[in-house]
Amino acid sequence: MSKLVVKGLYKIFGSNPKRGLKLLQEGCSKEQIFRETGLTVGINNANFEVEEGETFVIMGLSGSGKSTVVRCLNRLVEPTAGEILLDGRNILEMDRKELLQTRRTVMSMVFQNFALFPNRTILANTEYGLEVQGVDKAIRQEKAEQALALVGLQGYEESYPDQLSGGMKQRVGIARALANDPEILLMDEAFSALDPLIRSDMQDELIELQAKMKKTIIFITHDLDEALKLGDRIMLMKDGQTVQIGTAEEILTNPADEYVRRFVQGVNRSEVLTAADIMVKPWTTVGINQGPRLALKECKKHGIESILVTKEGMKLAGIVFVDDLIAAIRRGEQTLRNIVRENEVVRVEPDYCVMDLIELTLKSSIPVAVVSEGGRLMGVIVKSSVLRALIPERGDESA
Amino acid sequence: MKVPRLPVGGFFEILVDFVRVTFALPFDWIKVILLWVNEQLVFLLELPPFWLVAIMVAVIAYFLAGKRVALFTLAGLLFIAAIDLWPETIITLSLVIEATLLALLIGIPTGILAAKSDILDRLLHPVLDFMQTMPAFVYLIPAIMIFRMGAVPAVISTVIFAMPPTIRLTNLAIRQVPKELVEAGEAFGSNWFQMLLKVELPQALPTIMAGVNQCIMLSLSMVVIASMIGAGGLGSVVLNGLSNLDVGLGFEGGIAVVIIAIILDRLTQGTRKEKEIAH
Ligand SMILES: Nc1ncnc2c1ncn2[C@@H]1O[C@H](COP(=O)(O)OP(=O)(O)O)[C@@H](O)[C@H]1O
Ligand SMILES: [Mg+2]
Repeated sequence: MSKLVVKGLYKIFGSNPKRGLKLLQEGCSKEQIFRETGLTVGINNANFEVEEGETFVIMGLSGSGKSTVVRCLNRLVEPTAGEILLDGRNILEMDRKELLQTRRTVMSMVFQNFALFPNRTILANTEYGLEVQGVDKAIRQEKAEQALALVGLQGYEESYPDQLSGGMKQRVGIARALANDPEILLMDEAFSALDPLIRSDMQDELIELQAKMKKTIIFITHDLDEALKLGDRIMLMKDGQTVQIGTAEEILTNPADEYVRRFVQGVNRSEVLTAADIMVKPWTTVGINQGPRLALKECKKHGIESILVTKEGMKLAGIVFVDDLIAAIRRGEQTLRNIVRENEVVRVEPDYCVMDLIELTLKSSIPVAVVSEGGRLMGVIVKSSVLRALIPERGDESA
Repeated sequence: MKVPRLPVGGFFEILVDFVRVTFALPFDWIKVILLWVNEQLVFLLELPPFWLVAIMVAVIAYFLAGKRVALFTLAGLLFIAAIDLWPETIITLSLVIEATLLALLIGIPTGILAAKSDILDRLLHPVLDFMQTMPAFVYLIPAIMIFRMGAVPAVISTVIFAMPPTIRLTNLAIRQVPKELVEAGEAFGSNWFQMLLKVELPQALPTIMAGVNQCIMLSLSMVVIASMIGAGGLGSVVLNGLSNLDVGLGFEGGIAVVIIAIILDRLTQGTRKEKEIAH
């Protein structure tokens, strides 16, 4: 069962929000509703599930409702309609006491602008969640110190937030969230206020931390690169609606609509695409037991100087060159067994990164073969497929 | 054209009369309690000799506001003793302390509630405007009618006069606490009181202290005016000077009031500045 299930979630800001709900269900747009009623649609029918231990990224432009969604999860914002199931239990039906308990022990939040208490020391900030739970002074101090050590901030316990740099402040924010050992971390644009370099470091550290902690993380960002780097799965939002949910690859290679396509366009695709994403079907192959004449004919037909050779079960045997084929025909050989070169052809696995393929394909004049673990030929990569992958498709755009 | 005379004054007369008669018993209790508190304060202030009080206040001033304020405090209080106004000063201070404490005791919680409830905020707004703009003397009249002459009506009218800025600034201070800090407090599961004590009040403290400062200053000015209804203290010195056309006496009383005002102001502002530096 999923850790969190969000079903039919709506949030409409303004007085008498039910009115807006009706208009939405009648198919009015966010703008229409705002013009007619002055109500702001924050979330319009969001549906998603988050699995235990995964990093689920919610991405979208500013104003698309990301913060509102994440605030509905711990009810800092009261949804207008919908269900949020935490381990099967509807958060929206919890009474005040249960809600406090959930906030204290199940979910912790990390904020974009850190939201550290300026009058408290770093240690006291980190202790906050335990303090409101009424945890013993000695125990909470120990746990807070552990959390600070986890984010590399030993020695800063007695400092105040305004003595720290942005990156360090957010480490405190993360330590504060980790100190009460929550099951779910809610991170609302946690790194968006940081400088690019520090931001990248923090992303790496979060990935490292997550490898140890295995928390369920809901991470919000408006930055696609960040989403791709951190997210096991990504949800794209627009105008409060869920546009697409999928892995980084699914979203990149198969954008659900024009909005996603535009979003995806700016990304440095070489970092996320893999060999499997850009390989093409080999134009032609020959079986190792087939004759050199047939192979030569195929080469001539496609204007190529070499041809991939397969064995039984489409396993890759190697490659033969036109020169060798001609010689073999002269010698009167009936199969390709003697002339196939096993090691001339570069083999990569399907999840090989495109970035590294660039060099491989540029160096060799023969295609790179993509083979499965069992050695089966899945496709080939030629120079043109790498280039096409690096340049985002602009075919359907008027420049 | 002659506009018919509206009986507004008559309305207030009836209102005050009604209140006086209906709440006679609780008012008696209030009177007894306030009088008792005032007597204790006077007793405490009269207990040590004037020079010891001057030194103690100067030491407090040193820690709250620094060396210069401490020196001024010592010199100012000794000066007051030297012009023979120490007993009057004690009476004035006792009234200021009592009225300020009472105004803060009511004003700060009211301000907190107003910050948490938009309805209360909207209801209070015109009431506070009314209380603040009404000439201070006017409060003396119903206060005398209900509590007769003396320290008690002085304290009551002073509380009414000095409380509005405390309510206003407390309300404002809490509403100005950054939303993200409140969100953080909430996200970690703070309940109502934890939110108030651990998140909101610490952030709001500098502004609330500004309200306390204003409250004290207004109390002092009102206590001086309240000498007209027999509260005694430095105000009566000025009043005597006025009725006997004794310029010297009038100025002596006036200078003593100014000295007390400066000391109280620096003491409370000093705490504010220090808190601001602390974080
Ligand atoms: N408290 C609020 N009152 C009114 N409208 C709000 C409030 N919070 C957010 N909104 C509106 O809801 C929409 C979604 O906002 P938000 O969730 O903050 O977007 P994001 O985090 O994706 O930038 C925006 O149109 C925003 O103006
Ligand atoms: Mg946001």
